[in-house]
Amino acid sequence: MNKKTYSIPIGPVHPSLEEPMTFNFEIYGERIEKVYLAPGDNHRGIEFMGRQRNPIQIIYLAERICGICSASHPFAFCQAVENAAGIEVPERGQYIRVIIAELERIHSHILWAGIAGHELGFDSVLYISWRAREEVLDLLEYLTGNRINYGVFMIGGVRRDITEEQIPRIRKTLEYYKDIYGKIEDIFLKDPTIALRTKNVGVLTKEDALRLCAVGPTTRASGIKKDVRQDQPYSAYADLNVKAITPDVLTGEVNGDVYDRIVVRLLELVQSLEIIEQCLENMPSGEILAEKKLVKLLNQLKKTKGEGIGRHEAPRGEVFHYVKLAEAEVPEIWKARAPTYNNLMPWAPMLLGEQIADIPIVIASTDPCIACMDRVTILNKANGQKSILTNKDLHELSVQKTRRITP
Amino acid sequence: MEHMKPGEIVELFKEKFNDSIINSRIEIKTAGLKKNSYSLIWLEIELKYFKEAVKLLCTIQFPHFAIISDNDTGEEVKLTYHFSLYYGERFKEISLNITTNLPKNNLKMPTITDLIPGAQTSEREMKEMMGITFENLPDLPNVFLPIDFSKDVFPFRKDEKGIYPLSKNGKHIGGNIIDKEEEVKKVE
Repeated sequence: MNKKTYSIPIGPVHPSLEEPMTFNFEIYGERIEKVYLAPGDNHRGIEFMGRQRNPIQIIYLAERICGICSASHPFAFCQAVENAAGIEVPERGQYIRVIIAELERIHSHILWAGIAGHELGFDSVLYISWRAREEVLDLLEYLTGNRINYGVFMIGGVRRDITEEQIPRIRKTLEYYKDIYGKIEDIFLKDPTIALRTKNVGVLTKEDALRLCAVGPTTRASGIKKDVRQDQPYSAYADLNVKAITPDVLTGEVNGDVYDRIVVRLLELVQSLEIIEQCLENMPSGEILAEKKLVKLLNQLKKTKGEGIGRHEAPRGEVFHYVKLAEAEVPEIWKARAPTYNNLMPWAPMLLGEQIADIPIVIASTDPCIACMDRVTILNKANGQKSILTNKDLHELSVQKTRRITP
Repeated sequence: MEHMKPGEIVELFKEKFNDSIINSRIEIKTAGLKKNSYSLIWLEIELKYFKEAVKLLCTIQFPHFAIISDNDTGEEVKLTYHFSLYYGERFKEISLNITTNLPKNNLKMPTITDLIPGAQTSEREMKEMMGITFENLPDLPNVFLPIDFSKDVFPFRKDEKGIYPLSKNGKHIGGNIIDKEEEVKKVE
């Protein structure tokens, strides 16, 4: 039998995710035989820009690396500068940082749940979960003034306090999510169709996750108990008992498939609610910023020589920032690493052997911060015939598969 | 498994590589109200023993690799590999940063992808952004730069191969300062 494969490029732009990226597939029939990843369509040279700005200006640049992780990048960057310059963050500032970071995790995980529903063809799930996400976005707007890009982080602490009057509003949101959590769990974990579409699909083994240095829920779903909040607790996480969540907590087994990634994210939602509650109970009073006069802070940083790293467990995994200050206005080096950077290579073992219709959900299952597809060109190598599959067609394929296997 | 203390890890490296360890430093950081602490290790090692050092690191535990940071200091390129050890238990993880220096006239580095396959993306990034040749790394297309990007320009370099504009006297000045007045004049 002639084993002819076809190549399908997917990308570089797709409207449902934030950033563009190209995937080139070698397809035999419906099965994926090879995967080539080609990111970089959205490389904006942010690190390069940062190397021409002072550390305070970089915070706002770091915030705009990603719209969803707009607390995670400044969190890690500020930690890196604080480590390099030996600045201690006041305890209250540390607690507020954690509260904002966990609220961000809630909205990111619900956003992801909606996208997962959409990729599987359950658009009502998308609408319902994104409606539920509005509550936490409203709260973030109430606390920081903005739904995303909160502008809360500052080197040495935070810019905005959480006052006594604001706490009941935070508790109201926590109650809201506790109320609806049962429904979310019901939709994602008890629905037979979702289980059929996600179990044993896009499997990443524990060995591969380790070898390819995967991070975040992607690695935890493969059974690796790796979470910066647990392993190297920074900020107020050092006071809170955070445990890395693996899917066996709920299901008793680890498969490393898309279903397990859903389980991990849903459990982390509950974990985030608990963390915020603990923070509200134990939050000490006092200052929120080590140095209020920013000119003085800049002067101090200008005279500093040293290097430091900052790590934060973002919703998608570990964010890593490295800063080197060399007695100058601008840092000598600023290196930022987002979690998707490390989750790039694990895509290959996940996608191999899967079907075309599973591409959207497997790619979405790592919660990538890089977008995938706008349209797909299927090039028939035999006769050179070209047909174009739009994003709509590809989505339709996925929807059809769901309908086909629905019991 | 009994975990090694940060001091013991540094000692292990010093024992094996003696004077090739140029610098070593242990930092203890505290956080929270209870002031619990965690440690960071910074090592600087000669290039010829770098690969051996990563091999030694892999015998302690399979490390988690984060990224390679680059620094063009003029005479040489400093690469810092960021690892972490002992995940899975509270307060046990140690961040380990290994720095090595490459002379500008011979920017060659042994690949570590045979030991840690996850390092591939970062090595490819260094290849295209810094112009470093990784021995035995498969010749794959650019990850972050466009495929047709010039092979003689390396965006993260601060010398004549970088993309910084020239200053008044025609020399590159550290790469970090751009003469705004000159830029404005050009526009006018």
